[in-house]
Amino acid sequence: MSEILNLLSYTFMQRAVLCGIAISFSAALIGVILTLKNYSMIGHGLGEVGFAALCLANMLNLPQIAVSIPIVIIAAIIIMVISQKKGESADIIIALVATGALALGVIITSFTSGFGTDSYNYMFGSILAMNQNDVILSIILSILSIGIYIVFYNRLFLVTFDETYAKATGINVALYQFIIALLTALVVVVGMRMMGTMLISSLIVFPAIIAKKFTTSFKGLVILSVITSIICFVIGIFASFFLSMPAGAAIVFVYMILLILSRLFSYRIS
Amino acid sequence: MTILEVKNLKVLYSNHVAIDNISFKIEDGEYVCLVGENGSGKSTLIKTIVGLLKPEEGSVNLNISLDEISYLSQTNLKELNFPATAKEIIMSGVQKHKKLFYTKKDKEDYLEIIKKLKIEDLQNRRIGDLSGGQKQRVLIARSLIRKPKLLILDEPVSGLDVNITKELYNILNTLNKENKITIIMATHDIDEVEDIKPRIINLATSLKYDGNLEGWKGF
Repeated sequence: MSEILNLLSYTFMQRAVLCGIAISFSAALIGVILTLKNYSMIGHGLGEVGFAALCLANMLNLPQIAVSIPIVIIAAIIIMVISQKKGESADIIIALVATGALALGVIITSFTSGFGTDSYNYMFGSILAMNQNDVILSIILSILSIGIYIVFYNRLFLVTFDETYAKATGINVALYQFIIALLTALVVVVGMRMMGTMLISSLIVFPAIIAKKFTTSFKGLVILSVITSIICFVIGIFASFFLSMPAGAAIVFVYMILLILSRLFSYRIS
Repeated sequence: MTILEVKNLKVLYSNHVAIDNISFKIEDGEYVCLVGENGSGKSTLIKTIVGLLKPEEGSVNLNISLDEISYLSQTNLKELNFPATAKEIIMSGVQKHKKLFYTKKDKEDYLEIIKKLKIEDLQNRRIGDLSGGQKQRVLIARSLIRKPKLLILDEPVSGLDVNITKELYNILNTLNKENKITIIMATHDIDEVEDIKPRIINLATSLKYDGNLEGWKGF
């Protein structure tokens, strides 16, 4: 315990924990909707779009966030709109966008610095290198996520559960899809600096899948997903430090253990 | 009072003419069964009435607002497995979802409806754990909490056994007779609604028959 407290006295660790909790919180909230709407892979696809955007920002010597936010938001909207309007499976569109973006990122990298530490950090994250701006951005994102959830809770529930019924009752479904796409893109952009473009989707998918096993209600699922997400992050980040493992991979490993345990027990909280 | 008027309606579905030149009026308080083979245009007509599809030609004129209509779409009840309780699903039907919190009146309406549909003991159970008939009652309750003037149902008893089908038809009958809710229901199964003496509209892309049950039997 004293070692944990000692670790928390370092500024880099305080930033990592603050960022991680805020991003885990937002990712778990949006993850509930995405997994229930069969968009589980969108985080992974957008992560790879984010990789291409980071490579592009690096090549053009522009701020990473300023380049990646609009690109990832546009990609999220394209994926959702095409799968809705054209009736294509979301999996197919995500696979096409993800591989296309990854290829583009690799090509851009080959024209610039080549595959070095930057590329590795883009792909697998560098949580201990979080700066003051990352902390502020993560906290703004979590406030935005919870605010949207509270204000639009009933409509988000209806759009997630039964989109046809929502449309027939006059709800502007396209608006809520846009909100979902926007939040997803923001979670991916802010989260990929911590988890890396390859692992960011784990923050979105795992909490809801684990929590679903233990809840009967939607509200319960939302709350338990957030709790699961934060607990796994905290265990993962300290485990990574004490066991000298990459933080992102350690967090995913904690999720995997919890997922396996969750399949072994079938207790439901009502 | 006429609450719905369909005029010379033509609707395309997947680039095929699903409905061609259909006209009819529905009066307040009527119980209308839309009958026809699979692919005859029943679901397309319903989706056009509730605004999910746009007419290619002609018009659908509603003399009530969208808030006064409840729509129960064709649902694969066996596959309906969502992490939400019956109560959450029913409450999601509350009119004007713009509200941040449910009012006392919403909660009173909820209690009245679950009592009417005899689903008080299901309210805290997960929808996926319920039987097909129970799930359908929950979805009907969601439709009713909007206090609709017009209830539109697309094959509501599809996949349900005979006893449950009878129960659901009894519920719909009560809603029509006692609560004066106008009902439009797409169905294959006319025998079960004979007692109600509904108006029959038979579709096969175009309108084949529009009249009472006795006339339909001799048609």
